[in-house]
Amino acid sequence: MESPKTTETLASPGLDPMLPRPFVLKSIEQENVDTWTLELEAVDADGDLAFEPGQFNMVYRLGVGEVPISISSDPTRPERLLHTIRSVGAVTGGLCAMKPGEILGLRGPFGNAWPVSLAHDSDLVFVAGGIGLAPLRPAIYQVLSERRRYGRVVILYGARSAGDMIFAEELETWRGRFDLDVQVTVDHATGDWFGHVGVVTTLIPRAGFDPTHTVAMVCGPEVMMRFTVRSLVDRGVASEGIYLSMERNMKCAVGFCGHCQFGPSFICKDGPVFSLPRVERWLDTREV
Amino acid sequence: MSITALDSLLKEHPFFAELGDEYLELIGGCASNVKFAAGEQVFREGQDAKGFYLIRYGRVAVELFAPGTGSITIQTLHEGDILGWSWLLPPFRWHHDAKALDLTRAIHFDGTCLRKKCEEDPRFGYLIMSRFSQVIVSRLQGAQLQLLDLYGKTDHGKPEND
Repeated sequence: MESPKTTETLASPGLDPMLPRPFVLKSIEQENVDTWTLELEAVDADGDLAFEPGQFNMVYRLGVGEVPISISSDPTRPERLLHTIRSVGAVTGGLCAMKPGEILGLRGPFGNAWPVSLAHDSDLVFVAGGIGLAPLRPAIYQVLSERRRYGRVVILYGARSAGDMIFAEELETWRGRFDLDVQVTVDHATGDWFGHVGVVTTLIPRAGFDPTHTVAMVCGPEVMMRFTVRSLVDRGVASEGIYLSMERNMKCAVGFCGHCQFGPSFICKDGPVFSLPRVERWLDTREV
Repeated sequence: MSITALDSLLKEHPFFAELGDEYLELIGGCASNVKFAAGEQVFREGQDAKGFYLIRYGRVAVELFAPGTGSITIQTLHEGDILGWSWLLPPFRWHHDAKALDLTRAIHFDGTCLRKKCEEDPRFGYLIMSRFSQVIVSRLQGAQLQLLDLYGKTDHGKPEND
């Protein structure tokens, strides 16, 4: 199976990759207690906003700092740029506290893409944990825009609790479709949740896909991905058909600084999407 | 359920796979059909663990009761899942509550009957124990992952330059 496209083939031509472009916050929507989705619009209308599913931008809160954030919007509608951000530190907290009309900086898009076209004619399984659904959502949109090209499409999503889910309404909409199998689980629940309870890996053995003709795309905390990969392989999915979105400390986003080195790869330049055989060895290595 | 239907159900279930006709007959001799209405308690923590269940239809929530919080669901089990392993190990008391979420039909396997057969035939005992070990390990791994609180604030989603 071929590798996902790399940064060199996807970077926007003619733009200085180290120079942030001004964007205005058009709207902001709260997803759960600590996560917001920001809709951004370029201040300079002449720039190309096209991106591939799985790519990320370096988002700059003026005067505070810059963080890598995956794009969570529909690649077939690049004019509507969304970033789903969890408020966990000074920069992300600053971004989530912004008001519509305020300006922020953006560099990108960077990184490679989910290999959605490689899954044509195969079953496709998306496994997301927590905010890991955000980087996968563009790939889901892409697949839905050409749904007939795929076999069964399964979305498995795990969250901490019902209140911690993101894109809850959209998951509900997708669940209502006849051509999608959407299963959601939470790690623990009280009386107001009537769905599945248990870790996301427990959904894999019973999910409806043919493991011998399946491409799987996985995004979430690294431990969750490690166990998910084992469950997928146990189910019979070939390693070459499993793709993960890795996360490390990305700073320059173009492979200069080396902060995001992961084994022999730079996550920002060679990833963030990797096939399992490329990262398998490093997933079980401590202190990479 | 007729003996033939039970026999074929056990043969097709991965948990009982490769046990052979003789042992399936032994197990079938300890089995009975049970039904729980939605919301009905299957068992409670601390009660005698009298056997295990193979869920044929419906869903069961495995719960822990915490004073001040109420019941917390830590796992839901579905059609084809095995419910209950406390019958196999002393003190033979349930470690959790279990409650049917929907109308649930299951096969109940009598623990005293099975333990007796396990003691009489150590090979049968080993095969049963190894199957339940897998159930226990898988539940333990699930619990460990839940304990890690993977999606909590401390672990994931914080860029180092944030």
